[in-house]
Amino acid sequence: MKIFIYPPNSMILQDLVERFGHTPLALAKEIDRRVNDPELDSPPMNITEIDVKVGLKYAAIEVPSGVRGRLALFGPLIDEAEAAIIVNDFPSTFGCMACARTNELTIYLIKQKKVPTLELEYPTNEEEVEDFIARIKNFLEGLK
Amino acid sequence: MIKIAQLSCGNDYSGIQKEIEKAAETVGAKIVFPDVDIDFDDAIEDFGFDPVSPGLKLMVARAKALADKSFEADAVFIATCFRCAEGALIRNELRRYLQKHTKLPVVMYSFTENTQASVLLTRMEALVTIVKRKDLLGRERQVGITMGLDSGSATTKAVIMQDNKIVGKYWSPTTTVMESAEKVVAEALKEAKMDLKDIESIGTTGYGRYILGQHYKAKLVQEELTVNSKGAVFLADKQKGEATILDIGGMDNKAITVMDGIPDSFTMGGICAGASGRFLETTAKRLGIEIGEFGGMAAKGELHKVPMNSYCTVFGIQGLVSALAEGYSKEDVAAAACRSVAEQIYQQQLQEIDVRFPVIQVGGTSLLKGLVRAVGDILKTEPVVPQNSQFIGAVGGALLCSGFI
Repeated sequence: MKIFIYPPNSMILQDLVERFGHTPLALAKEIDRRVNDPELDSPPMNITEIDVKVGLKYAAIEVPSGVRGRLALFGPLIDEAEAAIIVNDFPSTFGCMACARTNELTIYLIKQKKVPTLELEYPTNEEEVEDFIARIKNFLEGLK
Repeated sequence: MIKIAQLSCGNDYSGIQKEIEKAAETVGAKIVFPDVDIDFDDAIEDFGFDPVSPGLKLMVARAKALADKSFEADAVFIATCFRCAEGALIRNELRRYLQKHTKLPVVMYSFTENTQASVLLTRMEALVTIVKRKDLLGRERQVGITMGLDSGSATTKAVIMQDNKIVGKYWSPTTTVMESAEKVVAEALKEAKMDLKDIESIGTTGYGRYILGQHYKAKLVQEELTVNSKGAVFLADKQKGEATILDIGGMDNKAITVMDGIPDSFTMGGICAGASGRFLETTAKRLGIEIGEFGGMAAKGELHKVPMNSYCTVFGIQGLVSALAEGYSKEDVAAAACRSVAEQIYQQQLQEIDVRFPVIQVGGTSLLKGLVRAVGDILKTEPVVPQNSQFIGAVGGALLCSGFI
């Protein structure tokens, strides 16, 4: 199944989803596709004015362009999602979208989709880490 | 090469980073990003404002690196998304923080996905000028005999100064750059009772500055943002501290925020005639009076009496004509026209900057008392209109070029 992960650029979540046999809907692949495009019009991430307008599907015109630009990237991933894993209160080293308003909107959109969703707190000690991984494993294995 | 430190949030995802870098390269500068530790806690504690967005926390950490001198740069460009409230708060507070803790010139901007390098160019050019001419821009007193020439798109102005005083001045509508300049120079020299050979130094600004600079062998050829700011604070005697300079032009408007006479942000509008002096000119024609009389007439009317349904030069003025037919006085209609221009500038332009006090109103329209009153009413302040307020560019040029004597 296609699993949307939040934060969308978490390499740890992406790896866990792949390990348990699902397809992660992660930002890294989308960015990789863009920066390896032979026509690199808008470095560093090759997001153009047109992309930001694509974000209008997810956020109104009065929403700041940075929010719409981010949504232009992972809004389509949310559209594809068949399930989701959301981690709350994570440090920047775990994953970071840099914008609190984008975070709020992303979580709202995935919840609106009403797909099976696992919501977790970021672990702060070894015991919590074990529980964190076990819950993700159970969730992913339980998806059909 | 001048290094401009970029503190920003949302620029990559708005697709405008290439425009920022292009603008910097055009003026011979390079964009750099201060290196910081991933742990922002110390920087946030020092700054005292903890934004929720990590991108803004990174901006704070980068500002602290500049304040601590752990990262070297010559100037700072601060930018966040337009309409982001958290971004606007951080942008303005970081500007204050940097101005307090460093001597680095700062310029701010709030961008959209449509931001082009050409829009950023004037800001980058101003930053480079401030870096290169730091000592010159610190000049607060004019010495010797100097002349400032401001070659604007609508009018050309010349001012001759001697020992910190204006001794000759003249303005004329711009036809061709050279012809208009020769005319205003001749008239200003006549008033000053001088010959061109008496002038020790010449400074040019405005869009025709390069042609005039070459012709008159000017010692200073400089963009109008920094020159106008110096001229305005000099004439208003507000050379220290913060201020906003508001220039409502016949075709476009500029609002510049300054600290000690050095600009750090500005907004320019030129899309709608309804927010310019042209709207007032057209209204004056419909009222059958000269623009010179219009300002005084508007000052006698009631600002809020005549209802206005549109800011548009076509529909708005039609509304004013209808108001005359309904029995409103010419004074009240003129006052409503001034209110209309002031309201539109407030709603369209001043939202983009942090308005600081005092507000110094300059340019030809600052001579219209009714408009100055309308601006004051909407900003809840009394704008300062210095003497010779229409000559700020030329005065700034004359003041700054005296540094080359």
